[in-house]
Amino acid sequence: MKIRFYFMIGALIAVLFASCKKDNYDAPEADFTGRIVYKGEPISVQYGQVNFELWQSGFGNYSALNVNVSQDGTYSAKLFNGDYKLVFSPNQGPFLWKKNAAGRQDSIAVNINGSKTMDIEVMPYYMIRGATLTAAAGKINAFCKLEKIITNADGKDIENVSLYINKTQFVDGSNNIATQQISGAAIADLNNLNMSVTIPGITPTQNYVFARIGVKIAGVDDLIFTPVTKIGF
Amino acid sequence: MKKIIYAFAAIAFLSFAQSCKKDSEFLDKQPTSTLPIDAVWKDPNLVLTVVGDLYDRYPDYQTIEAWWAFTDFDEGFASASGDYFRHQNLEYGYDAWRYWDMGVYGYIRDLNMFIKRGQESTALKAEDRDRFLAEARFIRAGVYFEMVKRMGGVPLITTVLDYDYSGDPSYLQFPRAKETDIYDFVISELEAVKTILPDNPTVQSRATKAAALAMESRAALYAGSIAKYSNSQLTLPGGEVGISSGLANAYFTKSLAAAKEIIDGGKYSLYKKNPNLSDNFAALFTDKGSNPEVIFAKDFKLKTNKVHGFTIDNQPRSSAEEAQGGRLNPSLNLVQSFEKLDNTYASMASVDGSGNPVYYSGITDIFAGRDARLAGTVILPGTQFKGKTVDIWAGYQLADGSIVTGDNFGQTKTNVLPGNAGSVQVVGADGPVDGLEFSAQSGFYVRKYLDPATGSGQIGTRSEVWWIRYRYAEVLLNAAEAAFELGDPATAANYIKQVRDRAGLTVALTPAQITFDRIVHERKVELAFEGHELWDMKRWRLADKVWNGNNMSAADFINASNIGSATRTSTQVFGLWPYKYYNPGNANHLKYIFKVIKPGRVTAAHRFRIGNYYSSIGQDVLNGNPKIVRNPNQ
Repeated sequence: MKIRFYFMIGALIAVLFASCKKDNYDAPEADFTGRIVYKGEPISVQYGQVNFELWQSGFGNYSALNVNVSQDGTYSAKLFNGDYKLVFSPNQGPFLWKKNAAGRQDSIAVNINGSKTMDIEVMPYYMIRGATLTAAAGKINAFCKLEKIITNADGKDIENVSLYINKTQFVDGSNNIATQQISGAAIADLNNLNMSVTIPGITPTQNYVFARIGVKIAGVDDLIFTPVTKIGF
Repeated sequence: MKKIIYAFAAIAFLSFAQSCKKDSEFLDKQPTSTLPIDAVWKDPNLVLTVVGDLYDRYPDYQTIEAWWAFTDFDEGFASASGDYFRHQNLEYGYDAWRYWDMGVYGYIRDLNMFIKRGQESTALKAEDRDRFLAEARFIRAGVYFEMVKRMGGVPLITTVLDYDYSGDPSYLQFPRAKETDIYDFVISELEAVKTILPDNPTVQSRATKAAALAMESRAALYAGSIAKYSNSQLTLPGGEVGISSGLANAYFTKSLAAAKEIIDGGKYSLYKKNPNLSDNFAALFTDKGSNPEVIFAKDFKLKTNKVHGFTIDNQPRSSAEEAQGGRLNPSLNLVQSFEKLDNTYASMASVDGSGNPVYYSGITDIFAGRDARLAGTVILPGTQFKGKTVDIWAGYQLADGSIVTGDNFGQTKTNVLPGNAGSVQVVGADGPVDGLEFSAQSGFYVRKYLDPATGSGQIGTRSEVWWIRYRYAEVLLNAAEAAFELGDPATAANYIKQVRDRAGLTVALTPAQITFDRIVHERKVELAFEGHELWDMKRWRLADKVWNGNNMSAADFINASNIGSATRTSTQVFGLWPYKYYNPGNANHLKYIFKVIKPGRVTAAHRFRIGNYYSSIGQDVLNGNPKIVRNPNQ
């Protein structure tokens, strides 16, 4: 009887040790980070709305890894080492992506071998220039200019320009406590846009807000924004 | 002993007798669970059971069998804790409303197989066979219509495809047809079968001539408006998505002609049995006895397994036959869309022009003088269902502006009102209580499709109210819209008048008053909770304007000026809560005041992206067939 008991303990220990074996795969370790930029300037977008696809061939079912772009235009992904193709879907983001000879979205080959930082150059429809956001007398005042970058047949009109303020650092159409909008038709001069919004009461009280300007381009889902600015008042 | 011998003898005899059967007799036994094809195709009753199965699989999206789907687009609030997420998701997934990989091509295959076998069969009478074939083609047209409005152009398969086990499946890989090709197929099929199908208004759960025409009218209208309101983002080079604007008028003409054929046929009419216009409008959906308005419906029957629980899920909580109900709360967004009887729009007058509350002596007074369809679609505070008045009020407001309320159905509290020491009910037995499921969290319950029959709210009985897919009022609105788009507002005004007359709007709109926004509005209020909202918004290309992701505030609902605008933002559900004003000695003591509120569970603003206009195609489909192209903007 005793022998059998020891045998069982032995078997148990054997099983426990067996389960300490490593898994088949290591976790992905390579960091792939960077920004989306136009001539070196990062493009600010809405949180969680803009993503690009990474495709890696040779592993069974073919499907894309989606990598989200943060509010300030940065991105980061944990990947396995290997060869990837990077592509933005059509109309993803407030910019155009280059097309290949067949008129499809072109892809960029990305080799990941250890961590890598890469800025992705895109062609925005518009850039917001010289934005200033200030607080005065219970209001947030904003000024900016718009530069139309794509002026050929692919160029698009402005649907509207909005000033958003929020109590947290996420500031966009769906996260705001107050907003002021100018419709595209009401814009007389792209070099002189002024907006102003009254700061509503905030509970619990705080003496700062986060603000930014977003430009909605006609027929494009995603807005282009200025960086989030924290403004004390 | 003798007995045992007899028993043995009997057993032996019986087993010998059994073994005398021929082997072939034993091996060729017919299965008892299935019927062979040639046995079915000689008896019309057996074929009908097959057709019944094909009807049963007919696709619907928003239906009374899925109340929650009505809450996805801010027409209603989902007052059930498992469904709050519908108001907390920022955007719709690109795979939402996908209708491709849910076995739909298996369904198409079954339909094609049925048609093939019907054509081969010789034992049936020709008239029976032709009707069955026409019904299958009607259903197949309906399935392709459902696919094209969700996915754009899809592979058009009208024959039975079989794999030859050669190892090369490429001959089974079909590219996507053009969006117009699918619409044209649907329209031509319905044109072809309409003369074969019975022209009989009492046939309402099977295909008829009018059902084919109603579907044709709707499909052509969709194609026409996609052509007219399409934009360059929503096209593919191969035409799989997008319809050229030059085709718009041809489609509108077809839509109008099909609708007119039903109208001029004179066999259908608007339901007008009850002189009380609101009750009449509610009864239209529940009256199954010679209802002249219903063209094609999915029917249910008590004491079978074809019953549904829409009434159980949504009956007013205080008078419910089970301890549940009240899940689908119509939103203030919808309620305030119903016009005043003088054809003008107005938000619910909770405050006057200078921001002071308006005091009402009756709880229903704020809703007075509105389109009768409002009370026919929505159970308003103070109105009745099954002869019992709903008890919806949110609490007392004291003279100093503070609120006395409770957190459960009809809660009572003691000594909470100044000068009143007794215990007093502080909130309605139907709520509203924020965050309490089954209470009227928006201040309203749904009435359309609620079954007034006793027992319909019991789990053991349920309801046999049918789901109306096509009805005469929609045909009139289709005709009106098509005529308007063809530049004939006088005809449009004439058709729209009939629908509005029934709703109690006695002053007819003049042709000059018929605008695109009017047509959008009329469909919104007439066809609320009938599964039209998403498809209408998509085909008009309004969805990304209305569900634009910008959050809303109560200010958008108080003295709102753009209620009749087709592009009015509606991204979040709002509600309207009645309070009793408690101020003894004041002239307004115990009168009602109303407050616009946003339910606490509404945390995100809905965003419909350009890529949502056509649902994405699954990666498994794309991997399996290299000829399939992706939909735009995804």
